[in-house]
Amino acid sequence: MSVKPTVQLENVTKIIGKKTIINNISFDIYPGEVFGFLGPNGAGKTTTIRMLVGLIKPTSGKIHICGFDVRKHFVQAMQRLGSIVENPELYKYLSGRENLQMFARMLPGVDDERIQEVIDLVDLTARIDDHVRTYSLGMRQRLGIAQALLGRPDVLILDEPTNGLDPMGIKDLRLFIRKLVDETGLSVLVSSHILSEIELLADRVAIMSHGKIVKVGSVSDLVGAQSAGVDWRVRDSFRALSILQESPHVQAAELYDDHTIHTLMDESKTSILNEALMKAGIEVWTIERKVQTLEDLFISLTGGDHIV
Amino acid sequence: MSNPNMLGLIRNEVMKIASKKRLPIVILILVILVSMFTYAQYREIQEKIEKQGTLDWRVELQQEIVDRQNRLASSGIQNDFRQFLEFDLKQKQYYLDNDINPNYPGAPTFIRIFFSQGITLVLPLFIIIIMADIVSGEYNDGTIKTLLSRPVRRWRILMAKWLTVLLYTSMLMAATVIVCYGISGIVLGYDGWTAPILTGFQASATGEFATEYIHTLPMWKYLLMSAGLAWVVTAVVGTISLMISVLVKNTATGIGSMMAVLIAGTLLSSLGSSWTSSKYLVNLNFDLINYLEGQAPPIEGMSLPFSLTVLGVWTAGCLAVAFWNFTQKDMY
Ligand SMILES: Nc1ncnc2c1ncn2[C@@H]1O[C@H](COP(=O)(O)OP(=O)(O)OP(=O)(O)O)[C@@H](O)[C@H]1O
Ligand SMILES: [Mg+2]
Repeated sequence: MSVKPTVQLENVTKIIGKKTIINNISFDIYPGEVFGFLGPNGAGKTTTIRMLVGLIKPTSGKIHICGFDVRKHFVQAMQRLGSIVENPELYKYLSGRENLQMFARMLPGVDDERIQEVIDLVDLTARIDDHVRTYSLGMRQRLGIAQALLGRPDVLILDEPTNGLDPMGIKDLRLFIRKLVDETGLSVLVSSHILSEIELLADRVAIMSHGKIVKVGSVSDLVGAQSAGVDWRVRDSFRALSILQESPHVQAAELYDDHTIHTLMDESKTSILNEALMKAGIEVWTIERKVQTLEDLFISLTGGDHIV
Repeated sequence: MSNPNMLGLIRNEVMKIASKKRLPIVILILVILVSMFTYAQYREIQEKIEKQGTLDWRVELQQEIVDRQNRLASSGIQNDFRQFLEFDLKQKQYYLDNDINPNYPGAPTFIRIFFSQGITLVLPLFIIIIMADIVSGEYNDGTIKTLLSRPVRRWRILMAKWLTVLLYTSMLMAATVIVCYGISGIVLGYDGWTAPILTGFQASATGEFATEYIHTLPMWKYLLMSAGLAWVVTAVVGTISLMISVLVKNTATGIGSMMAVLIAGTLLSSLGSSWTSSKYLVNLNFDLINYLEGQAPPIEGMSLPFSLTVLGVWTAGCLAVAFWNFTQKDMY
């Protein structure tokens, strides 16, 4: 690709104590792209983001924002980046406007006009002069986004931005981000542990588990191409399990309870498998297709690795 | 000029502290304290007038000298204390001989005494109230994450915080003078700025009394020096508490450790001088106004330049630790 990436991670590792929290991850994000960062609790999403915004040092590896090394050219890198890490942490005892004024003083070329612009952008005009302490969580999120956008960044990083938002709020946020990207061409990194959210929002996704990036790809590639989860309810689950596990059409099979087996398999081969079970004299009670969850995707990608 | 500039960063810090209303609280405490002391002074004056019929400082000083003499004459007083009494006696006699009132009545004298008494505990305590959570508060609120992912180097943020400590130290000194003057003047009167006061007594722990450096100063000059010395001590305490605020994420723990430092200082210096190397401890060097008054230092060999050097070294050390830690550590 001829376009230069706005975010570059190269072989980044973070070791805290003796624990490897982030294990040699690399990815790039391009302008005008919403990049989803997907992983269960404790996967290392927030830790990665902390390294991106310079809060913690990688043990090894390099991070560049718009070509600037986060450690060596911290100021230049941060001028091009706006972020919310974990929660929108703002000064509760100040008003929304005072918060923005304060952060504006830490950025080059942000005047009162720009402050009003972002206030309008996130639709906080009515409450902006109230203390942040009196804001609802959704309003804090919006103020956090206003703060992140203040310096007209090329990269916007949002860590679990839908936390605590109602379905309407999530939808609004989604439309807001899309519009922002379409209008300004910035890059957005959004982390989440909810697949459906990322599916609707992101262009590309990195899936993270135990500090490693398991896969990076476009959303349609990742979600569409994967096999479905199918649940089998049978009488003799023990023998059924071994038959299913031996079949080439099944990627993963595991016992869920006495009579239930979770599988990840090619959906079109259900009848073949059913026949095989019947031939072996196993009583099949129900066959049910499960909506694909993040967990299924995980199992298929990591071969039985569980979400902790 | 670099953008964002240091002045903007300091303004941010002032904005945070101002919205927490710390300085008004401290001023309120100051008003209450000063009112109480003023009232106590008022009662004392009334009592003296009743007893003596008049308010002649010479009579009073003479009485105090006699009292010292009596006490020195009695057996069984400790050596340390004997030296202190002898020195005090000589100092008082010197005032009397030169016909200078050591306690010229008026608000300026009240300010002088307040600084002299407050330098080791009250003023440092006030700066702790204002400043103790200047960094740890940001950890507790989580705002440190937002603050440190801005395009400003960490050392500049901490520098702004330290300069804010110095700024508030100055405001605190000004507030102390204004509150003391305004309130105590109601009872004691507002004049006395030019009253002469003696300084330059050379107290040595061996009790020798040298007169060669003694000279008079107008009160306002003496007060300026007192306030300056109080500023130094308060700024040093503010710097130490800034360091603790960086190192200890919990504000309550931070305040507790600072209090321990202060109280240990007053305890140790009153305990006496056997442990001579304790003079290198920062908290034994807070009583700088002592040197102006010419009282014997807690430990032999201590002098104003010595104490200032010790305070300077400790301050530099604390700043180095604070800056190193703040710029290097991972922020979670
Ligand atoms: N300061 C720390 N010291 C030791 N381990 C840590 C520290 N911070 C995080 N970890 C560990 O690093 C791992 C990744 O944590 P991280 O917060 O990055 O996960 P996450 O993907 O953001 O999860 P979540 O969805 O819950 O926010 C976890 O196992 C966590 O216990
Ligand atoms: Mg997280």
